[in-house]
Amino acid sequence: MARSTGKDAQALFHSLRSAYAATPTTLKIIDLYVGFAVFTALIQVVYMAIVGSFPFNSFLSGVLSCVGTAVLAVCLRIQVNKDNKEFKDLPPERAFADFVLCNLVLHLVIMNFLG
Amino acid sequence: MVNDGTFYFDEKLVNMREQQGPLATTSSVVRGLTAFSSVITESLNLTGDKILGIAKFFLGIGIPGDTKNFFDQVDSLACLENNRVSIPLILSLPSTVISLTKKDSLKVKVNTVLGSHAPPLTVTLVRAFSSSARDNSIIENQELKFDPQDAVYFLDDLPASFDVGEYIFVFKMLVQDSEQQTVYATGTLTQVPIYVTGLIKIENAKIAVLDSDLGSVETQKKLDLAGESTVSVSANHLQKLRLSFQMSTPLGNAFKPHQAFLRLRHETKVEHTFVVGSSGKKFEITLDFLGLVEKFFYLSGRYDIQLTVGDAVMENSLLRDIGYVELDLPEPPENASRPPPQPVDPYTRYGPKAEITHIFRAPEKRPPQELSLAFLVLTILPLFGFIIGLLRLGVNLKNFPTSAVPATFAVIFHLGIAAVLLLYVLFWLKLDLFTTLKTLCFLGVFLMVVGHRTLSHLASASAKLKSA
Repeated sequence: MARSTGKDAQALFHSLRSAYAATPTTLKIIDLYVGFAVFTALIQVVYMAIVGSFPFNSFLSGVLSCVGTAVLAVCLRIQVNKDNKEFKDLPPERAFADFVLCNLVLHLVIMNFLG
Repeated sequence: MVNDGTFYFDEKLVNMREQQGPLATTSSVVRGLTAFSSVITESLNLTGDKILGIAKFFLGIGIPGDTKNFFDQVDSLACLENNRVSIPLILSLPSTVISLTKKDSLKVKVNTVLGSHAPPLTVTLVRAFSSSARDNSIIENQELKFDPQDAVYFLDDLPASFDVGEYIFVFKMLVQDSEQQTVYATGTLTQVPIYVTGLIKIENAKIAVLDSDLGSVETQKKLDLAGESTVSVSANHLQKLRLSFQMSTPLGNAFKPHQAFLRLRHETKVEHTFVVGSSGKKFEITLDFLGLVEKFFYLSGRYDIQLTVGDAVMENSLLRDIGYVELDLPEPPENASRPPPQPVDPYTRYGPKAEITHIFRAPEKRPPQELSLAFLVLTILPLFGFIIGLLRLGVNLKNFPTSAVPATFAVIFHLGIAAVLLLYVLFWLKLDLFTTLKTLCFLGVFLMVVGHRTLSHLASASAKLKSA
């Protein structure tokens, strides 16, 4: 039984990889961006775990900037994805403009909270 | 006429504006009297007592406050000094204290009002009696001898029965030349209070601690009140403290001083004072601590003992710390009264206080700088990973518009975003929110315009591509 689950997991993984290769490049860029943001957040959490959370507001602002920008990127991905029926009429440039604007606002707040 | 032998005139309150006091009134009477008597040939019928009374009034008021009164006083005395009615003679004593130890003699001076010499007189001490026993006169009719060098009348030795105390001496003066007796006013009798002082013998002084129930002596120590030595005793609240001594005059009589106090002072400066009672020559005070426990506020510890014995006629009055007593009192109950607060030295109360140094909050433990820098580098790494990933994906920059106008807009768009991010960095470093928001407004509006242009251009380009 374990061997079959192991084999199933591998098969699942392979199919996932092949399916992913079919996604358009733009979406891959956005995915990469999300990964980068999350990874940065993780590194900050590890740092805080090591040295303690003395300027807690700084830690929060750092992590939240990463998480916020990841969330905005995910929203962008949803809006830009052509397979998504809901946002068919929304031009991708408009979505990108929203993404940029929201990021700027987010980063203003983050900079204020950074201290 | 007043009881102390002075005599003066006062004015009836007729006119408020022109009111003069008794001094001015009497002096104007004297001036008139002496001026009148100097011009008439007959003598005025005036008793010497009245003139003497007026003279004593002027001499008895001290030095008046204002110049007019002072002038009146001196002028009247000058009139009286040499007037034709009768010249008053004043008897005075240079010292009213006679010390038995120094063997002082009684000295008496007789002068006119302004201090000039009197004619030869016979001064007699009529009576001398103790102020406490007025009927019993010790000296009677003793004539005083005259010392021409100092111009004093003196009495050489006082009789042996003169003990210390307060006395009243009564003198009488008589002008030796009988013809001149009407010229001078000597008065009848003059009373003078005299103090006779001497060394009082204090002996047999002892301090003892007694057992309260039986009255038996537990410790007894001799005191040397004349010297400097101190004693120390200890007692608890079940015992009594007894201090006793004997006092006698130089002649051996019993002596009751004006002040005989015993004071106990605690380390905390709380004091208690007691009067030493006497019977004849024996002075004794017993402090029963059982009854005094509450009065002493239940304070145990070391009490300094101070004895005070004094009187005006005692030449060896003493105020001395004679030692201390270690007192052991029980614990105070709940509702015992607290001792009264002792006066605080005003310099310590209003003086500078201890300096307060502010203790700052200990700063938080910061990580070592190398660790922080390492993690900074680690955090930047994902960015590079992102860029590398982008390149690997083969991101195309082909869609970047090449024609002039849209290109500029695209470039300006990217520059605009970079400018906003730079503004944020400046905001973190040194700007405040208000300037940042103001600048952001301008930049934001600018960016929106440019962005709209660029993106709409891109959108139209992709739409053209789609439709084509």
